[in-house]
Amino acid sequence: MNPDSVIAMFLVFFFFQVPLGFLQRPAMEKWSLMTVTVLLALTVRWTVSLSSYSGAGKPPMYGDYEAQRHWQEVTYNLPIRQWYFNTSDNNLLYWGLDYPPLTAYHSFLCAYIAKLINPDWIALHTSRGYESQPHKLFMRTTVFVADLLIYIPAVILYCCSLKETSTKKQVSSALCILLYPGLILIDHGHFQYNSVSLGFALWGVLWLSYDWDLLGSVAFCLALNYKQMELYHSLPFFCYLLGKCFKKGLKGKGLVLLTKIAGTVVASFAVCWLPFCTDVEQMMQVLRRLFPIDRGLFEDKVANIWCSLSVLIKIKNVVSPQTQLKLSFAVTFLSLLPTCIKLTVQPSLRGFKLALVSCALSFFLFSFQVHEKSILLVSVPVCLILNEIPFMAMWFLLVSTFSMLPLLLKDGLMLAYTVTMLAFLLACVASFSIFEKTSVEDLQLKPFSLFLKRYVSWFKSFPRIVRSLFLLSVTLMGVLSLMSATVRPPQRLPDLFPVSVSSISCLHFLFFLAYFNIIILWDSKNSRSQKKVS
Amino acid sequence: MWCSVEPGAALPTPLCPLQAPPFPPHLHGSPQAQPWRMRGGGRARNGGGPIMAAGGRSWFGALALGVSFLKCLLIPTYHSTDFEVHRNWLAITHNLPLSQWYYEATSEWTLDYPPFFAWFEYALSHIAKYFDPKMLVIENLNYSSHATIFFQRFSVIFTDILFIYAVHECCRCVNGKRSAKDILEKPTFILAVLLLWNFGLLIVDHIHFQYNGFLFGLMLLSVARLCQKRHLEGALLFAILLHFKHIYVYVAPAYGIYLLRSYCFTANNADGSLKWRSFSFLHVILLALIVCLVSALSLGPFIVLGQLPQVISRLFPFKRGLCHAYWAPNFWALYNAADKALTVVGLKYNFLDPNKIPKASMTGGLVQEFQHAVLPSVTPLATLICTFVSILPSVFCLWFKPQGPRGFLQCLVLCALSSFMFGWHVHEKAILLAILPLSLLSVQRAKDAGIYLILTTTGHFSLFPLLFTAPELPIKILLMLLFTVYSFSSLKSLFRRERPLLNWLETIYLVQLVPLEIFCEIIFPLTSWKLQLPFVPLLLTSVYCALGVTYAWLKLYISVLTEHVSVRQKAE
Repeated sequence: MNPDSVIAMFLVFFFFQVPLGFLQRPAMEKWSLMTVTVLLALTVRWTVSLSSYSGAGKPPMYGDYEAQRHWQEVTYNLPIRQWYFNTSDNNLLYWGLDYPPLTAYHSFLCAYIAKLINPDWIALHTSRGYESQPHKLFMRTTVFVADLLIYIPAVILYCCSLKETSTKKQVSSALCILLYPGLILIDHGHFQYNSVSLGFALWGVLWLSYDWDLLGSVAFCLALNYKQMELYHSLPFFCYLLGKCFKKGLKGKGLVLLTKIAGTVVASFAVCWLPFCTDVEQMMQVLRRLFPIDRGLFEDKVANIWCSLSVLIKIKNVVSPQTQLKLSFAVTFLSLLPTCIKLTVQPSLRGFKLALVSCALSFFLFSFQVHEKSILLVSVPVCLILNEIPFMAMWFLLVSTFSMLPLLLKDGLMLAYTVTMLAFLLACVASFSIFEKTSVEDLQLKPFSLFLKRYVSWFKSFPRIVRSLFLLSVTLMGVLSLMSATVRPPQRLPDLFPVSVSSISCLHFLFFLAYFNIIILWDSKNSRSQKKVS
Repeated sequence: MWCSVEPGAALPTPLCPLQAPPFPPHLHGSPQAQPWRMRGGGRARNGGGPIMAAGGRSWFGALALGVSFLKCLLIPTYHSTDFEVHRNWLAITHNLPLSQWYYEATSEWTLDYPPFFAWFEYALSHIAKYFDPKMLVIENLNYSSHATIFFQRFSVIFTDILFIYAVHECCRCVNGKRSAKDILEKPTFILAVLLLWNFGLLIVDHIHFQYNGFLFGLMLLSVARLCQKRHLEGALLFAILLHFKHIYVYVAPAYGIYLLRSYCFTANNADGSLKWRSFSFLHVILLALIVCLVSALSLGPFIVLGQLPQVISRLFPFKRGLCHAYWAPNFWALYNAADKALTVVGLKYNFLDPNKIPKASMTGGLVQEFQHAVLPSVTPLATLICTFVSILPSVFCLWFKPQGPRGFLQCLVLCALSSFMFGWHVHEKAILLAILPLSLLSVQRAKDAGIYLILTTTGHFSLFPLLFTAPELPIKILLMLLFTVYSFSSLKSLFRRERPLLNWLETIYLVQLVPLEIFCEIIFPLTSWKLQLPFVPLLLTSVYCALGVTYAWLKLYISVLTEHVSVRQKAE
């Protein structure tokens, strides 16, 4: 090895852990390109984190930043039995802990480090609403480290494991995925730890793709125990593994595998919940905190179907809360059903990734109590198919970030939003020839078009139509972003811009749901027709 | 390889017959093959969009846009007092008549750049008033509203367009390797990244805050024009540049000699020596006209007002000390360190009388004067002589063995480095003056690439103390790693068929920078020395980097001089 490569390695090793996947490959070129990609992604993350966070200087409730700090305070100072209970020291109405145990443990760990640096940051009661420059630096660093340790290695390894692609394609996929603005802005701008749960889910996908089903299940259980929102991904995981067991024959190997997986899942849940297993009341209380049914169908302006419909009909007033719950459950279930059946019957890795997208999207659009940030749960699986269907994936990723615009505006992240969006667009356009990949084949709609050919014949001009739709949508998003930032809405309609942002995004999401379902459902015919040809 | 020295290149100006290709033949194969065809092959992968330049150079647009986005993300970072300096200049030029510009002294940051820069600030101030008129009030010291920050930061980002254009032109001067199919291995691509994403320029301009981008743009553009044999344009650009920022006078000898040798004399003898009879009066007059016109435009008004001495005294403040607040990693840093070491040793063994030692703290940050205890003190005249003497060989080399634009660039880098090594009150930022032109050489020869790697790594590392605030620590480390990893791996892959770029000693030296950084930024602040000896990290950084810079300077000098000999032998 040349001396200068030794230097490069040394420099990197001293500051970063490098996923071991790099070293197993002889190609130095790929190694350095991936390093540059990671460094670039990290730079963008840190520069975004210099801007403001949610609820900065806004008493009495502040925002998610204060929530996370408060959890550190609570978990460090109170015994574990009181974490989820309303006590004199733990007012659940003030950012009570409402995430699963792993989040609480993570908070505890951060609090431990915070205590070493400055005990004031997590002092019980007195530290409420604590804000200072060093503290912001500390909090930002915790997110940065979590991202670096969990999410980024998963992305890099995933891109390295992509088959039938050149090194350059792998690197550019990694670059685009890591530059996805939504996750950067929410985690490093708004302030949350989504990269942890999403990163664990990614590790799950990664290990399943290596056929290490047990490790994959453990990773997914960790994700689920970090954020209950990971339930959006649970059905594809379940169906894929179940389908795999079926395929091996339920009487022989399949049953063994199923038992092993079930055992692993139960064991990892038990480990995560160990301190709460002593008492049924404890567990029930945690569950009540995790699934607050009384909060209503939706909050704020979220780009799902219920919020968008309520522009026309005030669902919240017309239908009783119980009916709302049932209604949303039924609709979600119905929209999930085709994908899940398909995946169980024909488990394939590609189908699994697509199912992750479509199921998460169904949940986001139709389920109960959805936050605007939950769109990230759809975006990360979409990132996984970025190299397969670059055009649609990029379009979706842009829309998903756009759908969080009102939130980002409130946090004062307009500059970061604009720049990261443009940079992401640039990265995608430069690494995948986006505008040349709009043909029927590129969008994987060939089987569907064959199916439709009997009825319509406009597929010739299809690429052009798709392109103009895309340009229209991007223009609309750009104009609306600009207006939200600069124009004052008319007094009669103070929510004009947030509502139009969420409705437009919702329309997009419905379109994408239809699209992804079509791809998934017509997938097998594709392979069959190919077989026929061959 | 420089296109302009290629024989067979059909050039618009037939004035320059000095066409002895001075390149070692083993590096470049036959020079006949299509010198201007560097654009062929390697079309970037995308289909191109509105941002893309013609001719399959879409990657260039992507690189430039990408770095511009990064610059935008750096807007909320820390900015130094230079931010206030430029705000003050905006206010001065906006409010006062020309006659007061160089007299105004409300703020301690008086106008000390040449008149063109003042005019530049004047032009900017007319846009600034639409952002926040309060920033144009002279008495509003340290005023930094959001609008002010946005305006000033964006003014740097937008004027960098000139730099981007200059890099584009420089890339056109570099011949692509004909075999390279992969865009990432084309010298033009690597050069574009090394220049556009230069770590030093990014942190000095977009974090620390200065307007070096468009100034270096002017310099690179003039270099590109000289390489394209558009001598008059190059001279004009450089003359303008000198009246924007006078630090570029350090490289003026290279320009002067090169223009005199290759433009005023239009022919060479067969052995490459000067043909005295080919002297062209017309060319001299043209050059003189350009220089005089530009100078008249810039200094004329002040001469009419009788303020020239005042302007000069502002531009050259010799009252400042030998070393800047942070020691630049040059010869004087080593000299001072040696003096300090001798003092300590002398005191310990009672060679020195403690009462006679001048009580000056070393690099407290605001110290202007440094008194030597053992070694003789250095006067401005001494530094001037040192600089002059150290520049001389390179200039001689340029005169006696002209190698076309390549030799010019070597001389330019040597002038910049020599004056950096021995100059009076040198800023550590001045190292960029050598690093940027050297990038052009580095993508063409393995030897230069090795020198480039040493010089950039140490030079950039010595810029670290500029950013001392905690939030910027990760940024500077990440950006430095980004640039270093890229430059090492790309140059290595470019010259992978040749011997390693660095030998083991150089490798060890560069690797040691990592523990040094860890010690200075992480371990040292935790120790008790922090209060007693606060200057130790700065001292260590600058002395350690000075070794590398000196080494690179010597190595480059030796390579230029020995190359000179070998070519002459060949000619004989």
